[in-house]
Amino acid sequence: MKNFAEPLLGQRANPKPLLFRGARLVDPSAGTETPGDLLVSGGKIAASGSSVTTPADAEIIDCNGAVLAPGLIDMQAHAGEPGLEHLETLASASMAAAAGGVTTIACMPCTNPPIDDPALVDFLLRRARDTAIVNVVPIAAATRGLAGSEMTEIGLLKEAGAVAVSSGREAISNAGLMRRLLTYARDFGVMVINAVEDKELAGGGVMNESEAATRLGLAGIPVAAETVMLDRDLRLAALTGGRYHAGQISAAESAEAVRAARKRGVSVTCGVAIAHLTLNEYDIGAYRTFLKMHPPLRSEDDRQALVAALADGTIDVIVSNHDPQDVDTKRQPFAEASDGAIGLETLLPAALRLYHSGDITLPALLAAMSSRPAKLLGLPGGTLETGNPADLVLFDPDAPWIVEAGSLSSKSKNTPYEDARMQGRILRTIVAGRTVYEYAPA
Amino acid sequence: MTSPAADFAPFPKTHLLGISDLSPLDIENLLDRANAWADRNALPDNKHAILRGRTHINLFFEASTRTQSSFEIAGKRLGADVMNMSVASSSVKKGETLLDTAVTLNAMRPDLLVVRHHGSGAVELLARKVANCAVINAGDGSHEHPTQALLDALTIRRHKGRIQGLRVAICGDISHSRVARSNILSLTALGAEVHVIGPATLMPPSIERMGVKVFRSIDEGLEGCDVVMMLRLQRERMAGAYVPSSREFFHYYGLDAKRLARAKPDALVMHPGPMNRGVEIDSAVADGEHSVIRDQVEMGVAVRMAVLEALAENLDHAKDNRKPGE
Repeated sequence: MKNFAEPLLGQRANPKPLLFRGARLVDPSAGTETPGDLLVSGGKIAASGSSVTTPADAEIIDCNGAVLAPGLIDMQAHAGEPGLEHLETLASASMAAAAGGVTTIACMPCTNPPIDDPALVDFLLRRARDTAIVNVVPIAAATRGLAGSEMTEIGLLKEAGAVAVSSGREAISNAGLMRRLLTYARDFGVMVINAVEDKELAGGGVMNESEAATRLGLAGIPVAAETVMLDRDLRLAALTGGRYHAGQISAAESAEAVRAARKRGVSVTCGVAIAHLTLNEYDIGAYRTFLKMHPPLRSEDDRQALVAALADGTIDVIVSNHDPQDVDTKRQPFAEASDGAIGLETLLPAALRLYHSGDITLPALLAAMSSRPAKLLGLPGGTLETGNPADLVLFDPDAPWIVEAGSLSSKSKNTPYEDARMQGRILRTIVAGRTVYEYAPA
Repeated sequence: MTSPAADFAPFPKTHLLGISDLSPLDIENLLDRANAWADRNALPDNKHAILRGRTHINLFFEASTRTQSSFEIAGKRLGADVMNMSVASSSVKKGETLLDTAVTLNAMRPDLLVVRHHGSGAVELLARKVANCAVINAGDGSHEHPTQALLDALTIRRHKGRIQGLRVAICGDISHSRVARSNILSLTALGAEVHVIGPATLMPPSIERMGVKVFRSIDEGLEGCDVVMMLRLQRERMAGAYVPSSREFFHYYGLDAKRLARAKPDALVMHPGPMNRGVEIDSAVADGEHSVIRDQVEMGVAVRMAVLEALAENLDHAKDNRKPGE
């Protein structure tokens, strides 16, 4: 059973204080993991440790050793509004997020119309305030209409509340424009996110270029389609000193390129989608279109290199790249099917696979989904320190369950983890001290 | 009239979607059945009752004269009611999805559905959505064309007596060819040594992982071959995108008598058709003594009869429909 809170409709929540008792407190901002209690009061973290005094009116939650951590911040999700409400709404996306322990979603601007104007940023924030049960922050389009030719009003977009600007689903192919964007945005402190794929080189490809594609008779996308664009961007970041972020990388060579650029002293950041850390090209099997995405799922060697790059800090953040698509566009021959997979609700359970496999520690894993995106986007959160907003997730890292697409909260059901076994269940999600999601055993 | 193939082992699949689903034994059994039909087809009176009362629909999303008529003749010889659904002009063009088409077809209760589609994997997708019906892949995108591979294998077997140990060259646009993929799978499964020859722009990545040797030079690739299979080069791919021109392609990869001399003296020349004379094959070779291209067409009917028959035996209601002694 899933229990969700109602949207606040612009009202301020004034919930009772909450005391989490007997939790395993994981604070990714400090890299610590300690048993203890945590008190939430007035929507903020009021105290934590081994001897927290309980206010008389506090609701006490017995954690039985479950993990209590900062709520996740997802830097890349498509939430459907405006214009694509048949796929997802801010309300449904926020329920999927809440059920997945995600307390802040950064919405991609690839909507209809695209979020390329301060008024649209304002619209999105108001819509979210009235309908969403988690925090929503907009990422604005870096170019008008996401057409890749004219830059948007980056300063005004930031003032309206945009946390970054993005090229959308496709890369900004004009290197001159990319240079000017990075240069101009630098003076506003705005991060420019690019989708790193050279469209011409990707050609008509629909999956990773490899033996698997050859056997399936599908056109491949070479890794070079990604590295060519990434290498260009890394040079432009060095040239301009701008805040550059590669939205998602998918291959070992890309991680290596980022590593090498940092060694040269270039300050850049990059993300990876949860699918690329947990799945590979062979999961496509017999043309499973729910695993068709951009960038494509790569080889197992690439996947393992990405996991290593996450563990060594080369990759900064894990994103859901939540991308709702309806059945009509997915149940098509592979090459004709739409790209994208949902991922908000399964983000944390899927990521826990890396923890269970011993590839990464829990604080480091959670940092990539909370404290680091908070820092990149300039948001509060990602920490258990006293005085911060009480955006929290309580989860049992060991509880087993099986993903049933039909019971996911997203409006679209295109999950690449259909029928997959997961280990780790979200028990409760708190946004500003208010319980927005609670799991109740049936 | 009983089937000449009545005593062969049952086919262990519901559909024929690709060679990759078949074991070497499955392939051999289908070839044995087809071989019996090829002999029987040479005799007069080619109307049989094996598929009497069965509905066989040809659903071709891509235009095809040769394959479609081959399946049509095969179905008619076996006594099925054959219907050709012309998709190019139908509702599919008006936005109906492949799966809507499947639902519509289900309502017509076909027993045998022969499908060609431009999308790799599309036939398999359709097969998952039909009920009580055997689906035969007549070519899906660049993926598979299993009956072509079977008819090629049968043609080779009837001329050479075996496939095991033969050296077979496949030359041309390997990248976009379902014929190449299905043939590579069947020929390697049956123990042939397969050479693939073509310019690197028309060679799919990691093709050597399918158990073939890759050659850039046709002269080297043809050395000592028992069989030379030429593939059709699509017109739109020879104008600069993959190769600079048809002239240059023929110059380096076209099969003429001089190049053919590199192969064994009794080598067979094959082509799945339709041929581009002067682009991938010289007319003198296409019509010459080594050519078995006409035999391939004939074997095509026998193979399709064998496949239709083998799959029909597995249909749920097979027993109710078939009177004893028939």
